[in-house]
Amino acid sequence: METFDPVVLARVQFAANMTFHILFPTISISMGWALLFFKTRFVATGQRHWMDAYQFWVKIFALTFALGVVSGITMSFQFGTNWPGFMNTVGNVAGPLLAYEVLTAFFLEATMLGIMLFGRGRVSERVHTGATFLVAAGTTLSAFWILALNSWMHTPAGFEMINGQAHVTSWFEVIFNPSFPYRLAHMLIASGLTVGFLLAGVSAYRWLKNDRGPDVLATLRTGIFAAAFLIPIQIVVGDMHGVNTLQHQPAKIAAMEGIWKTEKGAAAVLFAIPDAATQSNKFEIAIPKLASLYLTHDWNGEVKGIDAFGDKHPPVAPVFFAFRVMVGMGMLMLAVSWFSAWQLGRRKTLQPWLTRVLVAMTFAGWVALLAGWYVTEIGRQPWLVQGVLTAAQAASTVPAANIAFTLVMYLTLYIALLTAYVSVVFHLAKKATAKETSRSVSDNSAQPGAMRVQHV
Amino acid sequence: MFDSIPDLSQPAGWLPLVFALVMALAMLAYVILDGYDLGVGVLLRRADNEAQKDSMIASIGPFWDANETWLVLGVGVLLVAFPMAHGVILGALYLPVALMLVSLTLRGVAFDFRVKARAEHKPLWDRAFYTGSLLAGWSQGFMLGSLITGFKGNLWSTVFSGLIGLCLVAAYCLLGAGWLIMKSEGPLQLKAVAWARGSLWFTAAGVLAISLATPLVSARILEKWFSFPNVILLLPIPAVTLALFIVVARSLKRLPTRLAQNNQYGAAVPFASTVGIFLLAFYGLAYSLFPWLVVDQITVWQAASSTEALQVIFYGVVVVLPVIIGYTVFAYRIFWGKSTALHY
Repeated sequence: METFDPVVLARVQFAANMTFHILFPTISISMGWALLFFKTRFVATGQRHWMDAYQFWVKIFALTFALGVVSGITMSFQFGTNWPGFMNTVGNVAGPLLAYEVLTAFFLEATMLGIMLFGRGRVSERVHTGATFLVAAGTTLSAFWILALNSWMHTPAGFEMINGQAHVTSWFEVIFNPSFPYRLAHMLIASGLTVGFLLAGVSAYRWLKNDRGPDVLATLRTGIFAAAFLIPIQIVVGDMHGVNTLQHQPAKIAAMEGIWKTEKGAAAVLFAIPDAATQSNKFEIAIPKLASLYLTHDWNGEVKGIDAFGDKHPPVAPVFFAFRVMVGMGMLMLAVSWFSAWQLGRRKTLQPWLTRVLVAMTFAGWVALLAGWYVTEIGRQPWLVQGVLTAAQAASTVPAANIAFTLVMYLTLYIALLTAYVSVVFHLAKKATAKETSRSVSDNSAQPGAMRVQHV
Repeated sequence: MFDSIPDLSQPAGWLPLVFALVMALAMLAYVILDGYDLGVGVLLRRADNEAQKDSMIASIGPFWDANETWLVLGVGVLLVAFPMAHGVILGALYLPVALMLVSLTLRGVAFDFRVKARAEHKPLWDRAFYTGSLLAGWSQGFMLGSLITGFKGNLWSTVFSGLIGLCLVAAYCLLGAGWLIMKSEGPLQLKAVAWARGSLWFTAAGVLAISLATPLVSARILEKWFSFPNVILLLPIPAVTLALFIVVARSLKRLPTRLAQNNQYGAAVPFASTVGIFLLAFYGLAYSLFPWLVVDQITVWQAASSTEALQVIFYGVVVVLPVIIGYTVFAYRIFWGKSTALHY
């Protein structure tokens, strides 16, 4: 049976773990810098609300970080259990990159986190700010190493194959491989956008609950302005990344565009239902010659279709749809962040409907991120390392039943944890709002008791 | 079998050895550091009230993230330095590894969720924290048992591995209770002394079982320990282990009286001695297994990555590992002494 093919199961399991894992580092990378920003604003201005913002968001950060750590531990095991052929073939490249990630970044973040979370009062403000900086820097450095490896798997460079094993000829070329700068930039900006919408969404939620203190306004503004600033840059970087992909992985572009047959003057497909059986699109809505124009900068330029790649091409439909979800979400983020920024700038407040849209888009960054990530990773299939190693070659010999059993276990856990995470984020917002309200009530009636330390 | 050791003056000879050492140190650090916080997790169910639970969690709060990172380093070194063994070992341990990962995940997040979720969900997360800690410890012990018996997978070795799992949970409880004796005060501290006494004999049984099983599994290990003059030279290992067990037992007997008089003298003895027992047991095990990564099947050198890759990682390890140890010590110093309530 197709569904019990161990390679398919191993891929689904690995994809499920990666999907779950990537959500949390994406938040913690930029949230670390946001917290450093709140902290340094507090130190510079002495304004209490920056510290309130810090203390609220650091709780969400701690939760996010914990989920990232535990799902990251799972990754370090699954490289070996699911893809033993990966390390056997390209271990000389992947091994050092992974090792440097753990050595230079993972330990740094995890150790400094303890000081950042619980060290205030035990260390000086300066050391605490330093620890916050090191956590943020550590998460970013993690992204650097991991994306270097990930990019290398898409556009391998700086190595030679000897007896079926990759041997490095230039570490500089391995790390700064052709797609690395674009992918790293695209990922870090995606992280910034995710956090921008998270800050804005949760603050908008508190705002709707009539919690409109200076800390809520500050985080609302931070989120919206960060998102509004980053989204146009992201669109440009994303386009550059696409041009880079056309050069190195044309089959992925053909799948993204839904172009089955190599042709001159290819049409840009806006919507369709790709059908692998007939190698064509159903219900296609397309603009003639446009794809040739933006891919080759010539109305009649030749664009390679799926038929040019034999059996070495990705499945078209998931890549095609994921790409449209990502672009659609990007456009929505552009509209909402710019309109919100304009309202905040002009009117100093947000209309209630827009506030509700922001709440609905709290996790919009995740949707765009996963869609984009599916485009790039499914788009690499059937290769694990482009042109070097296929996923099927690297798969393990673990019995399908074991993979299926653990897959169900992981999926159940991940769905439960994701639900808990989202509901706890809003629960924390509600709790902060309730505390804020009771504080302002008791401030009015001059009861100092309400100012006690917030134990969590 | 020592003819299998290549020329150690060549990088191809000494680099795998260095990485085996780094991996062993990382695993040892993991077992001791995460061991105490897993132990505290298992003991959580026996706390009298919410306040005690909060104090127990507070004592491990600033550390557990970093403690688990040692596991990533240990497995990471196995993956990048000995990829062949990584595939064989983790393939053979597929199900216990999956159980451990799910348990560690559940436990790690329950730590955060229990104080952040709705109040009525707190008991649920506490239970998740306890169950996760218990199963993580047990599955690690099961893996240790399987490693010792050489992944035979027959009934006898599975039962043995299951029992080693229980003994490792007891050993983690002993470590965790020792940690709590150091870090807490009042009724919780007294309770921790009682918990430590409860887990002491199971821990001893586990150490004894492993010591007896390893030579039985392999004639080579038997010869390594009991041939002359090795048996005399190695005698200090079991002797000191036994002495440390006696030290812990005596200390646990005297502590309640002293603590009642508000005298904290010797509160660190059970923890420190237990760490000593772990060190010796680990050393004994490493001596038995070396140079094999998989008993009588794959040696450190057979499993090693190419010399060029190891060399690149070696520079990183030499520069970074001391820094990691440095800031780990720094973090522990910051939170030295009795733990206080956690607040951001």
